[in-house]
Amino acid sequence: MEQIFALAADNLLSPIILCFLLGVGAAMARSDLSVPEAAAKALSLYLLFAIGFKGGASVAAHGVEGTLVLALLAGIGLSFGLPIIAFTLLNLLAALDRTNAGAIAAHYGSISIVTFVAGTSVLDTAGLVYDGYMVAVAAAMEAPAILSALWLISRGGAPRDVESGLWREILLNGSIVLLIGSFLIGWATGKDGLAQLDSFIVAPFQGVLCLFLLDMGLVAGRGLRNGGAVLQPGILIFGVLMPLIGGMLGLGAGLLLGLETGSIVLFMVLSASASYIAVPAAMRVALPEADPSIYLTLSLGVTFPFNLTIGIPLYIAIARLVTGGG
Amino acid sequence: MQTHQAKRVEIMIEAVMANRLTEAMTEAGVTGYTILPIRGGSGRSGHWTREGQISRASTMLQVICIIRPDRLDALLEAAFSVVERHIGVVCITDCEVLRAERF
Repeated sequence: MEQIFALAADNLLSPIILCFLLGVGAAMARSDLSVPEAAAKALSLYLLFAIGFKGGASVAAHGVEGTLVLALLAGIGLSFGLPIIAFTLLNLLAALDRTNAGAIAAHYGSISIVTFVAGTSVLDTAGLVYDGYMVAVAAAMEAPAILSALWLISRGGAPRDVESGLWREILLNGSIVLLIGSFLIGWATGKDGLAQLDSFIVAPFQGVLCLFLLDMGLVAGRGLRNGGAVLQPGILIFGVLMPLIGGMLGLGAGLLLGLETGSIVLFMVLSASASYIAVPAAMRVALPEADPSIYLTLSLGVTFPFNLTIGIPLYIAIARLVTGGG
Repeated sequence: MQTHQAKRVEIMIEAVMANRLTEAMTEAGVTGYTILPIRGGSGRSGHWTREGQISRASTMLQVICIIRPDRLDALLEAAFSVVERHIGVVCITDCEVLRAERF
């Protein structure tokens, strides 16, 4: 327990968390501080490119391991399964209709790539190594949850047909294409490629992440200020409880696969995080009746800050405790 | 100068639905339109702004189309088939244009 508090305290005083908190505080205080939409998108493109490329270069350096395919399958399985747990938990905790519960469940089965990036940053600082292919696992976990959630909703009423255009948008959304594309480029070019881009994607990474999390803080703070009232106590409890349940399932998957501590932590982070890029857009198309102020505020205003401040250090401490890894 | 009666249709729609709308409009024979970003606003789902957003889920666009009055119904039917279940506003105003053959 002491180790968890020490790690959480270190994490809270890191520049990336303080930048996020600055953003939340500024938004709550109604400051006019803002990051233009185009700048925010540019920052996110940089982070996706950097994390994908570094992951690919790491795979090139260490070779393809047999666990890669198993990790991908486990990630897809978790993404399919987590919405079922989330949906059941929401039915127990909150008085939501099937559509809203399903829409929220889809978010919690999918992943937050920014939480994943923040997780890798904390692992780097803590000196814990992780497998580069976890980037591919992250990409694989984006979409299955949407299918699972739509199935859950259709069980209670009319079947939900998903138009083919939506599947193309989900599977080829910009984040996934850039993440996988840069991963493959990093894999193909290996350490020589990484050496060429080192000054661009390694050294500035933390600073860019700080600015991006400042923006995330502003967006989360605005969401809480404007939409916080829609979150009933039961939904708020879900927003904190579900990441812990997901994290434990991620821990189980990582242990079953025999991954090293850093990769187990990333499995926990992926399973604990909730999407706020790909899934909200898919939900607006497939489930327009679902209230976006509930699932967006919950995902970005509750679960994302929880994972960033408390969740990640907690997952690291638990993974270290279980694996005995340093 | 000679002017001609026309209809100006403004459709505020979620960014994720914009392509579907313009495709439906094109199928209905309406190929001329302009798309503008919307910075923010407030409605039944609360206040929103596009500042800092990286997801298309929270942004809206405005599709503006100026057409001859006799083509209005076809446009509205096409637009309604897309926006019916979604957040958005459809607004029609009378306007005048200089070169009728272009609409």
